[in-house]
Order: sequence, then structure tokens, then C-alpha cells
Amino acid sequence: MMSNVTLEVNSVRKTIRKREIIKDINFTVRKGEVFGFLGPNGAGKTTTIRMLVGLIKPTAGSIRICGYDVKKDYKKAMQHLGCIVENPELYPFLSGWNNLLHFARMLPNVGEERMMEVVKLVGLEQRIHDTVKTYSLGMRQRLGIAQAMLNRPKLLILDEPTNGLDPAGIREMRQFIRMLAEEEGMSVLVSSHLLSEIQLLCDRVAIITKGEIVKVGTVSDLLSVQERMSWRVEPIELGKEVLRSLTEVMETEDGYVLTSFDEEETPKWNKALVKHGVKILEMNRRLPTLEDLFLELTDGGGAGIE
Amino acid sequence: MSNLIQNEMMKLLAKKRLLIIGVIVAVLIILFTYAQYKQAEEQREKLGTDDWRTAVQQQIIDIQNRLSSSRMLDEWREQLQVTVKQQQYYLDHNINPSEPGAATFTRMFIENASSLFIPLLVMIVASDLVSSESSQGTIKLLLTRPVLRWKILMSKYITLLLSISIIVAMTGVLAYALSGVVFGYHGWNAPIITGFTVEAGNVDTSGVRLISQWQLLLMDFGLVWYIAVVVGTLAFMLSVLIRSTPAGMGIMLAALISGAILNNMVSSWESAKYFFMVNLQLTNYLSGVAPPIEGMTLLSSVLILFVWWLAALIVSFIVFIRKDVY
Ligand SMILES: Nc1ncnc2c1ncn2[C@@H]1O[C@H](COP(=O)(O)OP(=O)(O)OP(=O)(O)O)[C@@H](O)[C@H]1O
Ligand SMILES: [Mg+2]
Repeated sequence: MMSNVTLEVNSVRKTIRKREIIKDINFTVRKGEVFGFLGPNGAGKTTTIRMLVGLIKPTAGSIRICGYDVKKDYKKAMQHLGCIVENPELYPFLSGWNNLLHFARMLPNVGEERMMEVVKLVGLEQRIHDTVKTYSLGMRQRLGIAQAMLNRPKLLILDEPTNGLDPAGIREMRQFIRMLAEEEGMSVLVSSHLLSEIQLLCDRVAIITKGEIVKVGTVSDLLSVQERMSWRVEPIELGKEVLRSLTEVMETEDGYVLTSFDEEETPKWNKALVKHGVKILEMNRRLPTLEDLFLELTDGGGAGIE
Repeated sequence: MSNLIQNEMMKLLAKKRLLIIGVIVAVLIILFTYAQYKQAEEQREKLGTDDWRTAVQQQIIDIQNRLSSSRMLDEWREQLQVTVKQQQYYLDHNINPSEPGAATFTRMFIENASSLFIPLLVMIVASDLVSSESSQGTIKLLLTRPVLRWKILMSKYITLLLSISIIVAMTGVLAYALSGVVFGYHGWNAPIITGFTVEAGNVDTSGVRLISQWQLLLMDFGLVWYIAVVVGTLAFMLSVLIRSTPAGMGIMLAALISGAILNNMVSSWESAKYFFMVNLQLTNYLSGVAPPIEGMTLLSSVLILFVWWLAALIVSFIVFIRKDVY
């Protein structure tokens, strides 16, 4: 349904100095979902986001925000958008409040009341009248979000929002983003190069590498395929033999034996190992690394574990 | 639009640029006032009289001595001869060319400041108006609001025009207020001769008119404002084109200083008159100093500067609207 889609990206390409940096990207973001944009360094996440927010022009393709084309209907599209591209860069010589005032003046119908609201929302009441120079990175990040929320956007785009935050800050940010999606019904697009982050935060995810989206799907779909069980057993040769008779087995360099993960089957394999007198020193459910996922997606599946 | 201009003004004031400029101007004026005062005192001692006629006569004699004794460049010689003729004209018509008072000081200060000092001050504001946003990264926030890009640049340009007006006005007010303490607050109505034209080393006095000092001051300030706007717009363009503020400033500074140098040595390179920096001494046309290149007139200089201004403005807007922001 059209009205449910807040962001629509159609065959977008970008060539910079004859180098094709983004090659035909397509995806949509729906109302109320947190959408992850996952890719290694240099994959083109920031470049794509810059196109979404109108900072650079796509070489081809179209981008719609809440149905408004970013190129043709720039003003209307931007009215529904809030964003932070890369770092939350604000005016260091102005106070937090004056920074907000600055951006509020650029928006229709945003007054002091709304400014007050967003300050409360991000919990900066205490320090809002200090100059931004004196803020910590976490506070700047929050002020950046406050600024992005001024116009009650339907779509919030955050480029690596947890960059440079400590674990507590990361958790807080995650809860905040989930709250925005669940309680305020906003769509949030978050980019990251950390799988663990995307996994905890997002409903759906697009995986991008070398300027191409290799997969779009729900987080659980993507991960379940690749979940594994790692075993440290003694003696290792016997252990491997027992497991191999039950399922497919791989071995890592550091002496772990890898099998697929299956809630039904794993206890049975365990039992079999014990029965053959193999000592189990360690058994872990292992989430795939980003690397595994990329290998799987780009090389058409290396290890072939189902 | 007024919201956007308010924003720009807020940033400019927070950076305290105008305050710094005010302090620089004040310090310089105090220095000049003191120098002028010293000079007048010395002259009085040397000549033993307060009479300006004696002073002007002495000046003419000094210059003639220099003309006869030393070897010098032809251009210099011509320039000095022109000065002699003008001084003689003042003497013949019994008019004091430098009637003491704050108004005269202000006029001399602004005439001397027009081609280098004021443009430098304007540059302080203009050079980082856009490039500071690029280097801070705040341009990304500025250009992702529901406001069209040309409006954002226009608000910045209007802010520049306002700042230039403030700088020029501030210079005038400070010059008058500070020098008046020493020279007295008068001299508005002193008669001034303008309209000398110089051709092939000869002073043509046929177009000479007598006007009040305040009229000349008004014209001077108009021309200075015009120069400041042209230079400011060029610096503004560089600030759009170049991300780094120091680089933009450096280029502009090099241009202005090379203009000051070229002025003394381009008389035989005729096409140099199309450089904007050779045309910045507009106030000289009013006081009758020979132009750096034969054939340059007030009108031609104003037109050449206008073309530079227009080109800079067009380039700024086109580039700013089209460019990809990284
Ligand atoms: N202005 C530019 N000129 C030329 N190439 C560029 C430019 N900006 C980015 N690129 C190239 O585009 C590719 C994608 O860069 P981008 O910044 O989008 O990556 P990213 O996914 O955001 O990476 P990261 O996780 O490091 O932020 C890189 O190979 C980069 O070298
Ligand atoms: Mg990036």
C-alpha cells in the first residue's frame, strides 16, 4: 500500500569521476519500522544516504519520501525528513538552544513549544543553554537527534548513530530509536557496519557491499540461515567423526568444530558425543559474523551448511 | 527569508567578527590620528607658523627639489608634477587642501583605506561565510531543510551586504569620533576642489568644481562601499568554490596585494586595466590622482568592477545550487 511506504528508492545510481560508486539500488522503508543499512566500510552507505537527503544528486533513478520526489518536490519531501549524516555537526560557538532555534527558523510552524518538547525528549534540559563546544560527544549526538526531530518527521535517517558512544550510550540510543518507531510510528533508517547492532535494533535490513544491495529481508530471516554451533571437544578427531555421522561439519583454525544450529537436533548430537566418550569442553551458539554473511551472500554460499 | 537572515546574523554575532573588526579599525584610527598630529606639529615647528599657505608652498618646494635632483622613474616624476600643479591651483585660489578637523581626517582616512584596508576587513567576514559551513560540516544540516538552496545562499549574501554597510559606516563614525578628540569636530563645510583630470602628465583644470567637504565625503563613502561590495562578492565566490577558508583568504589577499603593487608599475601594460584589483582606487579619480594606466576613467573602472561583481555572483549561485555536498 502506498501510504504505508515512507521511503522509496528506485534504481538509484551514482557515478563520481567515472567511478560507479552506487550501482542500481532499490528498497523501500515502511511506516513504523526500523530499517537497517548494513555494509562494510566503503560500501556506499553514506553516499546513498547523502542522495536520500538531497545533498548529492543521483546520476540516475528516483527517491521518494512520503510520496514526494526529492528532486522535483524538494521542499515537501524535506518537510517529512529528519536526518543526521555522519557526525552530528552543529555550531560549536552557539548554545544548544540557539542551534535548535537556528534550525527551527528554517521550518514551517516550529515554535518554542516544540523546541522545548524535543529537548525533553532527548533529556538535555540541564545543559541546553551551554555552548555546544562544552558538550560531550553523547550530548552532541542527542542534540543532533533533537534537531532532526523538530519538524516531527515521518522518516528519520541516521548514519551510524552509535559511532563513538560508550556501551551505555549505545543501549540508550537503541531504546530511544525503538521507542520512536513503536510509540511515535516513525520510520527510522539506520546505517551501520556492525551486525550486532543492526540485529538488536532493526526489523528489516538491507545488506550493501561495493555499491550494490545484495539482500533485503527481515533480520531473523537473514540470521537464522547462518546460525551455527561451535564445539570444543576432546579428543577432537573422534568428536568430529561422531558429529560428521550426524550432520555436516567444519573446523576452524583455532580448534573449534562448527555445525549448524538446530534446537531439536543439537541435544541429540550432544548425547551421541557423550556416549562415545568425547569430553565436551565448550559448546556455543554462534551468531554469524558480517564476514560470514557477506561470503554467503556474495559467493553464493561457501560452506553450504543448511 | 528574514528568518534565514536572522540566523546568519546570529552566527556572525556569536563569532564576534564585527566586534574584532571594530577593534582593528579603532586601533588603526588612533595610530593615524597620532601620526597626523605629530606631522602637523613638526611642520609647525619647522616653518614657525600655523599658516597653511606656507606649508603648501614648502611642500611644492620640497617636491621640486626632488624632481630636479634625483633620477627617478618617469611615472613617478609625472605623478609628482601633477601634485605640484594641484597644490599650485589650491594656492592660487586660496583654498586649504587639508583644512584641519575631523571631517578632513575622515576623508583622508577613507580615501587611503579604500583599496586595501577596507577590502581586507570585508574579507574577514566574506571569506568564511560559506566555507566555514562546509568545513564544520553544518552545511549538511543547512541543506537538508525544506528551504531551497538559492534562498540559503541569498540570505548569506544579504548578510554580507549588511555587514559591509556596517563596516563602512563604522569606519566613518569611528574615524570622525576618535580623530575629533584631537582635531576638533568640524570641517564639514570646508571647500574642496574636485574634477582635476590628468592627461599625459598635464593637469586639466577645465572641469574643476568647488564643493563642500561633506559632499565629497558622501561620494567617497559611496565609492568605498561599492569597492567593498565588489571585493566582498569575490571573496564570497571563493568561499563557495573552496572548502578551506584560509585558502580562499590567501587567494584574495594575494589578489589585493598584487593590485597594490601593479598599480605602481603597469602603466605600459594596457590590458592590465581589466583586472579588478587595478581598479580599486576609485576615490583617486575624485581627488585627481593620475590613474595607473592611461585612459582609465571613473566610469571605466566602475564598469569593469561591475562586470567582475556580476560574474562572481552568477558563478556563486550556479555552483552552490548545483554542487554535490560531501
Ligand atoms: N567525494 C567522493 N569522491 C570520490 N569517491 C568517493 C567520494 N565519496 C565517497 N567515495 C567513495 O565511495 C565509496 C563509498 O563511500 P561511503 O562513504 O558511501 O562508504 P560507507 O559505506 O559510508 O563507509 P563507512 O562505513 O566507512 O562510513 C568509497 O569507495 C569511497 O571511496
Ligand atoms: Mg559512512
